[in-house]
Amino acid sequence: MRPTIAIVSLIAVFAGATSLQAATEAEFSAAYAAAEAANKEAGSLRNQWTTTAATLAAAKKAATEGNFDSAVAASREAEALAKASIFQATSEKTLWKDMEIR
Amino acid sequence: MRSAIRFALAGFALVTLIGAAAVHAADTPNPQADAAAFKKFFTDKFPKVKLEDFVNGPYSMDEGLYRQWQEKEQFPPYEFSVEMGKEMFSKPFKNGKSYADCFPNKGIGVRQDYPYFDTKQGKVVTLELALNQCREANGEPPFSYVRDEMAALTGYMAFTSRGKPFDIKIPDDPRALEAYQKGKEYFYTRRGQLNFSCATCHVQSPGERIRAEVLAPALGILNAMPIYRSEWSGMGTTSRRFTTCNSQIRGVPLSPQDDEYRDVEYYLSYVSNGLPISGPGARP
Repeated sequence: MRPTIAIVSLIAVFAGATSLQAATEAEFSAAYAAAEAANKEAGSLRNQWTTTAATLAAAKKAATEGNFDSAVAASREAEALAKASIFQATSEKTLWKDMEIR
Repeated sequence: MRSAIRFALAGFALVTLIGAAAVHAADTPNPQADAAAFKKFFTDKFPKVKLEDFVNGPYSMDEGLYRQWQEKEQFPPYEFSVEMGKEMFSKPFKNGKSYADCFPNKGIGVRQDYPYFDTKQGKVVTLELALNQCREANGEPPFSYVRDEMAALTGYMAFTSRGKPFDIKIPDDPRALEAYQKGKEYFYTRRGQLNFSCATCHVQSPGERIRAEVLAPALGILNAMPIYRSEWSGMGTTSRRFTTCNSQIRGVPLSPQDDEYRDVEYYLSYVSNGLPISGPGARP
């Protein structure tokens, strides 16, 4: 029984330590790729935001400096911005009519 | 009982058909009705402003600005640009031809006819595009759509057309109507992180201030192009105005003279038909 508890405890401690660890380059790459893909989709809808581009640039800069925590956070923010611009472009396909002078 | 059910069903079908027809009618582009509604909206909103004064943008909305502008017109800041444009316009290309060879009436007093829908090219041709097409057809490199040379040329051509009413035509070609409709859609579509459309500023808020500036009404807004802007410390083309508007609302601008920009210029010019050309203009 004791060895089992010890092993489980060790796994738990290790897992906890992992989650507290700084973000890795791989995590940044995945987050950045997702943000870039969303921004590309916004581009195909002709509705990219300047803030998305600026946040993507900030993410890349942080990664270059080895600050992957900031790089991942900025990438996720850029992805959220890009998704918001996609939502805007999609909903405006019909909503624009509400503003029309008739 | 059966006949009552049949009658009810027939009635329901008729109502559905009428409803569908009404929706269809509302969605069918009607540029003439749009232009009339556009003018009515602005003249109702600003009953003291004469129709032809809307081309003076913010100056028509604010008495103090109007007086400042009249004084500024004694020595207009766009004067040098008009002179430069005149010189450029009359200078022959390397092949001996000139801009005059590319335009009706040798390019004098024709600003009010641009943009037009070119049925051969199948697209809207703005004055800026026509000028660059003229250059390229004569072996000259195109000018940047947002720099001083293009502003000078269009400024000179506008100057020779002052007072002539916008006369934008939509030919009997479904592509022309489609371009008009797409321009309208672009005008009213919100974009950028600030979630603004062109109409947010120029329909909902003309006469209001955005920071230190008084917003211009959309009616007649292109009649004054190109413009000298104190904010820019220089001249700006229609292309420059559209792209900077997009940046200001935190949207990535499209390339100058992309379809969307040419179409929105077509729409905005058409709904201002009858209003005089006042360009080049000067704005704070």
